[in-house]
Amino acid sequence: MRTLSPRLTQRIAFSILFAATLFVILPVAFIIGVILKNGLGAVNWEFLTAMPRASMREGGILPAIVGTFCLVAGAVLFALPLGLCAAIYLSEYSKDSRLNRAVRLAIVNLAGVPSVVFGLFGLALFVGFFRFGASILAGSLTLGLMILPVIITSSREALDAVPGSFREVSLSLGATKLQTIKYAVLPHALPGILTGTILGVGRAAGETAPILFTVAAFYLPRLPRSIFDQAMALPYHLYVLSTQVPNVAPKIRYGTALVLLAIVLLMNFLAIAIRSHFRAKKKW
Amino acid sequence: MVIHPKIRVKNLTVSFDGKASLKNVSLDIEPHIILSVIGPANSGKTTFLRTLNRLNDDERAMKVSGEVLLDGKDIYKDHDPVSLRRKVGIIFALPVPLPMTVFENVVYGPRRQGIRDKKILGATVERFLRDAYLWDEVKDRLDEPAMTLSGGQQQRLCIARTLAVNPEVLLFDEPCSALDPISTAKIEEALSKLKRHYTIILVTNNTKQAARVGDKTAFFLMGELVELNETGKIFTSPEDRRTDDYLSGRFG
Repeated sequence: MRTLSPRLTQRIAFSILFAATLFVILPVAFIIGVILKNGLGAVNWEFLTAMPRASMREGGILPAIVGTFCLVAGAVLFALPLGLCAAIYLSEYSKDSRLNRAVRLAIVNLAGVPSVVFGLFGLALFVGFFRFGASILAGSLTLGLMILPVIITSSREALDAVPGSFREVSLSLGATKLQTIKYAVLPHALPGILTGTILGVGRAAGETAPILFTVAAFYLPRLPRSIFDQAMALPYHLYVLSTQVPNVAPKIRYGTALVLLAIVLLMNFLAIAIRSHFRAKKKW
Repeated sequence: MVIHPKIRVKNLTVSFDGKASLKNVSLDIEPHIILSVIGPANSGKTTFLRTLNRLNDDERAMKVSGEVLLDGKDIYKDHDPVSLRRKVGIIFALPVPLPMTVFENVVYGPRRQGIRDKKILGATVERFLRDAYLWDEVKDRLDEPAMTLSGGQQQRLCIARTLAVNPEVLLFDEPCSALDPISTAKIEEALSKLKRHYTIILVTNNTKQAARVGDKTAFFLMGELVELNETGKIFTSPEDRRTDDYLSGRFG
């Protein structure tokens, strides 16, 4: 049997690999393209700043935007301090212990829990047991639990990336362990922690299932008044527009999708920008 | 007149994971001298140094037996690591400036002790940068990142930073191993002036350096202290054959 020339096999291999890479980009480009094409026409100042009218068939989506921002802010307020403290404990205090391994396994599993399970869990715990009712508080806490693994994992990676020699120098200068973490470790891990948090924010903004039972209002054409208030949120609003309300102009649906997509992508780009900015500045 | 030793080490054995790095070491170090510690790789000299300010504490499965007394006080029983390290400073082989300004590097220790007064901090920076022979080179660059200094300047910055904690004992772990001859000369000059105020222990792989700056020299081999004597004596007529073999380059 004749073998192909090395040059030709190179070419074929290159083409296959290149095609595979291209195939990854295609769906993303397609989704963004379709949503832009159909939704851009709907997005204007009124759409972004007005209340929905006529059973959501007209008007804007302001309460859903505000609701999503409240939920995300609440989730970060809850998950960042908790996740950061846990990450500091795991990275700086309990290196290589059995507890550490158990927690790491738990975090991996937490990240793998389907989001609808988080939703039901939030319903049982926050809405039911703690009697928060369907509220921004319950929804934020549920979303917070969901992004906890992202924050812990990225914080740990950021902490572990700080050279051990910084810790040793700090300790040798008579700093306590806590001072060492505060002054010689955390400042240099902050960009990584921030990046992870923003990625978590992007995820929290886009999820539907966790807020379905814990906060999301079907139709509530006013802004939320307190953290115990229900609220509309973009992902759920989009779901409602697409499946529950007859005769909604496709323009409005695509416009809503576009706003949601823009928020999530903006978060991701921000995370990437922060990471590359600090990577360029890093000098060790 | 009896001179009380600054540091007294009695039957010190240190092991990691069951493997002994230091075996039954006993020695006295008088105040205001430079003790050079020489020996081949794995001789335990760095372990010895790091034990003196308990930087080994966090390492895996470390066991210590015997005693180390600083001014008569046991460093494991009468001191906590933080108070001990404020008395016993260390300078590492590779200079590690923290990623902050020159100024902030020097005041890192004082700040952790709660000193906030700008005047005191400023005076501290000048005084100790002068002591480390760096002031003239960096006095206009105090607000620049410490990483922009040259290797030799970084090492002298690290010395100034350690001095700023006001220690009584200085440990040097091969401080010149990454430096060129001129930077090395500057550090050696600093060392011989510093011994007036501090007790210095200098671990070095460079036997010539030990001969140049050490008042006394200790030779470690495979975790044991083979010989400790006046530097002149060690280099001209060592008592132990193994010392002679090492210094004349027959092994190690």
